[in-house]
Amino acid sequence: MDHYLTAWLLAAAQTALFVAAAPLLAGWVKRVKCHMQNRAAPPVAQVYRDLAKLFRKQPVIAENASWVFRATPYIVFGAMLLSAAAIPLVAVDLPTGAIADVIVLVGFAALARFFTALAGLDIGTAFGGMGSSREMTVAALAEPAMLMAVFTLSMTANSTNLSAVINFNLDAGLVLRPSFLFALSGFAMVAVAETGRIPVDNPATHLELTMIHEAMILEYSGRHLGLIEWANQIKLMIYAVLMANVFWPWGIAREFTAPALALGAVAIAAKLALLAVALVVWETVMAKMRLFRVPQFLGFALLLSLLGMLTHVVLETG
Amino acid sequence: MGEVLLQPLALMYLAAFATILSGVAAAGAVRRYPLLLHAGSFALLAVAGAAGVAGGGWAMLDDLTVTDTIAFGLPWLRWHLRLDPLSGFFSVLLGTLVLAVALYGPRYTREFGRGESAQPLPPLGIFTAVFVLGMQMLLLADDAFMFLVFWEMMSVGGYLLVAYQHQHPANRHAAFLYLLLAHIGSLVILISFGVLAAFGGGFAFDQMRAAELSPLWATLAFTFALVGFGTKAGIVPLHAWLPEAHPVAPSHVSALMSGAMIKMGIYGIVRVTYDLIGQIQWQWGVVVLLVGTASALLGVLYALMQHDLKRLLAYHSIENIGIVLMGLGLSMIFLGTGHKTLGVLGLVAALYHTINHALFKALLFLGAGAVLHRTHERDLEHMGGLIHRMPVTAAFFLIGCVAISALPPLNGFVSEWLTFQTALQAPRLENGVLRAVIPITAATLALTGALAAACFVKAFGVAFLGQPRSRHVARAREVGPGMLAGMGLLSALCLVLGVIPTSVIEAMAPITQMLVGKALPSASVRGWLWLTPVAPEVASYSAPFVVLGVALAFLLGYLLLKRRAGPIRRGAAWDCGFGPLTTRMQYTSTAYSQPIRRVFAPTWKLDERIEEVREPGVPGRLRALHYQFHAVDWSWLMGYLPIGRAVLTAARVVGRIQTGSIHTYLVYSFVTLLLFLWIIT
Repeated sequence: MDHYLTAWLLAAAQTALFVAAAPLLAGWVKRVKCHMQNRAAPPVAQVYRDLAKLFRKQPVIAENASWVFRATPYIVFGAMLLSAAAIPLVAVDLPTGAIADVIVLVGFAALARFFTALAGLDIGTAFGGMGSSREMTVAALAEPAMLMAVFTLSMTANSTNLSAVINFNLDAGLVLRPSFLFALSGFAMVAVAETGRIPVDNPATHLELTMIHEAMILEYSGRHLGLIEWANQIKLMIYAVLMANVFWPWGIAREFTAPALALGAVAIAAKLALLAVALVVWETVMAKMRLFRVPQFLGFALLLSLLGMLTHVVLETG
Repeated sequence: MGEVLLQPLALMYLAAFATILSGVAAAGAVRRYPLLLHAGSFALLAVAGAAGVAGGGWAMLDDLTVTDTIAFGLPWLRWHLRLDPLSGFFSVLLGTLVLAVALYGPRYTREFGRGESAQPLPPLGIFTAVFVLGMQMLLLADDAFMFLVFWEMMSVGGYLLVAYQHQHPANRHAAFLYLLLAHIGSLVILISFGVLAAFGGGFAFDQMRAAELSPLWATLAFTFALVGFGTKAGIVPLHAWLPEAHPVAPSHVSALMSGAMIKMGIYGIVRVTYDLIGQIQWQWGVVVLLVGTASALLGVLYALMQHDLKRLLAYHSIENIGIVLMGLGLSMIFLGTGHKTLGVLGLVAALYHTINHALFKALLFLGAGAVLHRTHERDLEHMGGLIHRMPVTAAFFLIGCVAISALPPLNGFVSEWLTFQTALQAPRLENGVLRAVIPITAATLALTGALAAACFVKAFGVAFLGQPRSRHVARAREVGPGMLAGMGLLSALCLVLGVIPTSVIEAMAPITQMLVGKALPSASVRGWLWLTPVAPEVASYSAPFVVLGVALAFLLGYLLLKRRAGPIRRGAAWDCGFGPLTTRMQYTSTAYSQPIRRVFAPTWKLDERIEEVREPGVPGRLRALHYQFHAVDWSWLMGYLPIGRAVLTAARVVGRIQTGSIHTYLVYSFVTLLLFLWIIT
C-alpha cells in the first residue's frame, strides 16, 4: 500500500513538473534561436512573466462569442494536462501512465484541436475560419503518419503503453533498428507539423496569410490566451519528451529511489536541451513553405513511417 | 421452467404488438381524435421501444436463448422464433432508438400536417409502424422464410417513408433507387440462404447451422450474404441509394434508418457468417477488411464535400459502417487463423461501434431535424449562429459531433481504439503480407478519423457557430421539451458508453460466448476503471480519469484564474480596421473543405463553375459572380450509369420483337410451345 501511495504521489509530482517545465523549454528554444540568428535574447524567465501577465489581465471576448469559445481553453489545457500525466518524463511505470496509451494521446491531441478549431469558427471572422480549415487539413494528413510511426514502435514492443515500450527498448539494449530510424524521422516531421513550427507554420508570425494556429486563436485574450499558450508549450514538450524518451530512453528512472530519480531528471533535461538546439537549427535553415506544399511534406513523413513499418515486418520479425 | 424462459420473448411480443397498435392508432386518427390518436400512436411506439430494450437486454445480460414457433407462414414451415444474446443486443439498439424517436416524434411530425405542402399524418404513423415491426421481427426470425418476409417488410416500410413527401421529384427518385437496390440486395440474400438451405435440408436456421459445407460453397454463401446485406448496410460501391434516401425521409425516420436499419445489414452478416456458416475462413476477413477500409475512407471524403446537413450525415453512415466492417474483418482474419481471443476482440470492437454509431448518428439526425423544424433549412450555407438561438439542441449536437469524431472521452473513441488495438496484434499472424497490410488499413482508419473530425468541425461550426447567414435562421427558436428529451436520452447514452466501456464489454460477453465460444475476460482484469483489451501491459485506457482530468482543468481555471482577473469584458471582434464584419465574410462549408478538396482531388469528379455576369456597356466590369460546385460520386459515373444505360439498351433490343400485332404474338406462342414440346420429348 505504501508503495502504491508513493507511486501516485510521484506521478502527481512528475505531472506538475512536466506542466511547470513546459514554458522553460519554450523559453530555451526562443533564447537559443535568438542567439543563432544574432538577435538579443530575452531571459528564459520571460515566458513565465508573459504567462503571469496574461493570467492577471481582464479577458476581452467578442460580442457574439458562445460558451464553446469560453470553454475551449479549459478543454485544451485539460487534454494537455492529461497527456502530460500519461507520459513518462523522469520515471517509467508510474500509475498515471495507464490512463492513456499512445493512441489515446493522439486522441487527446485531436480533442484539443477539435475545440480550438471550433473556437476559430465561433466568432465568425474570416481569419478564424481560415486557421480552422487549414489546421484540420494539416492534422488530417499528419495523423496517419504519426500513428504509422507509433505502430512500428508498438508492434516491435507488442504494446502501445509508453512505459512498456520504453522498458522494451531499455531491455533490448543498444540495438540499431532500421525501422526505428525511419519511424523517428517520420515522427519528427509530424511533430514539426503538429506543434506548428517552421516550415509548416510559424509560431512567431502574425502575418495574415501564413498563419494557421495563430489565426484560430486571434480573438483570445487574458487568461484564455494564457491557458492556450501554456497548453501549446506543453504540447511542444510532449512531442520533445516522446522523441527523447521513447527512441532514446537511457537515463530514465526505473525504480523510485532518490538517486535514480535525480539521474532521470538530469538525463531528460539534457536530452530536451539538445533536442531544442536541433529544432532551432532546423527552423533557422528552413524557410516557411506554402500551404499547398505541406501535403507533400507530410506525405514524405507518411512514406518514411510506412517504410519503417515495412522494414519492421520484413526484416525484424519472422 | 419453460414459462419463465419465455418471458423475454413475451416482452418482444409485447413490443411487436405495441408497434402494430401504434400503426392502428395512427390509422384511426383519420376518422376521429386526430391529435389524441397521433400522440397515442407515439406513446405506443415508446412502449414498444422500452419493451424491446427490456426483452433484448434480459436475453443478452442473462445469456438466455429462447425459441418458439407460431402458426404462421407456409403449411410445412411454421415461423420459428428465437431470441438469443445476439438478437437481444440488436433489439436493445433498435428499442433505444425507437424510444428516442417516440419522444421526439409527436412534436416534430405535426409540422408535416401544416403549411402549403401539408401531408396527411396518419400514413406516416402507419408506415413507421410497418418499418419498425419489420426490424423487430426479423431480429427474432429463426428461419429464412420468416426472416425474408420481415426483411422485405422493413424495406417496403422504408420505401414508403422515403417517398412520404413525394411531391418533390428528388424524393421519388431517391425512393425508387432505394427500392431497386433493396430488392437486388434481397435477391442476393435469398441466394445465400438457398445455398445454406440446400446443404442443411431446410429453411430453418437450425438446419442451416447443422449443415456441413465444403469451403467453396461456404465461400459462395458468405459472398452472397456480404453483397446482399452489404447493400442494406451501405458498403462502397453499393451505397448509392443511401445518401439519396436517408436525407429526404422525415428526420426521425432518417434517425431510425441510419441508426437502426443499416445495422440490420450488419446483423445479417454476423448472423450468417458467425452463426449459420460457422467455419470462418481468413480470406473472407481480408475481403471484409478491405471493403470496410474503402467504405470508411470514401464515405468520409464524400461527406466532406456535402453542404446539405442531412446528406453529410448520410455519407458518414457509410464511413461508420466501414469502421464496423473493419472490426469484423479483423475478427474473421484472427478467427480463421486460430487466434480466438483476438477474433473476439475484433468482434467486440465491431459490435461496440455498431451500437455507438446507432446512438450518435440517430442523435445527429434528430439534431438536424430540430434545426430543420425551426428554420426549414438543410443547407449549411444558410445556417450559422444557431448556438445562440437553440442552445440545448446545439449542446446535444456537439456531443454527437465529438462522439462521431472519435474523441475521448465519448463512446466513438472507445470502439475505434478497440479496432486499433485489434489491428496492432497483426504481428501474431503467420502471413507476412497480412502483417504489413493490416497496419496500413489501421493508418487509413486514423486518416478517416481525422477527416471525420474536420467534417464535424465544419458541420457544427458552420451551422451552430459564427453569425446567422439568413434571416429565418437568425430568428430560430429552441424546440420543445419532447424533442429535447429524445436527443437528451441519446446524448446521455453516448456519455455512458464512453465512460464505462469495461461494463459494456462485460455485458457483451454472452454474445461472443455464443458465436465464438469465448469472452474477453482480460478487458476488465484491473477493475472497471481501466480498459485493458488484450492485457494490462499491452494497452490500457481509463475514460473516467479523462473526465476527471478535464473537470480538474475547469476547476483550477475557475478557482485560480477567474477570481483574480475579474469578469469578462465583451467587445467587437477584430475587423482589421476596415469597418464592420458581415456574415458573408465567414468561411462557408464549401470554403472550409477547399484545402482538403485540393489535396484529395482525384477522389471526386469535381464540377466547379464560375459564372460572370458583366455590366452591360461597361467593359471589364462585373455585376455579379456566381460560383457553383458539385462533387459527383465516381461510383455513379463508373458503375450505376453505365449499367443503367446497358439495361435500357438491352430492353430496347428485346423490345424489337414487340410488334403490336396479334398475329406475331400467336406465332411466338406457337414457336414457344413447339420448343417446349421438343425439349420435353
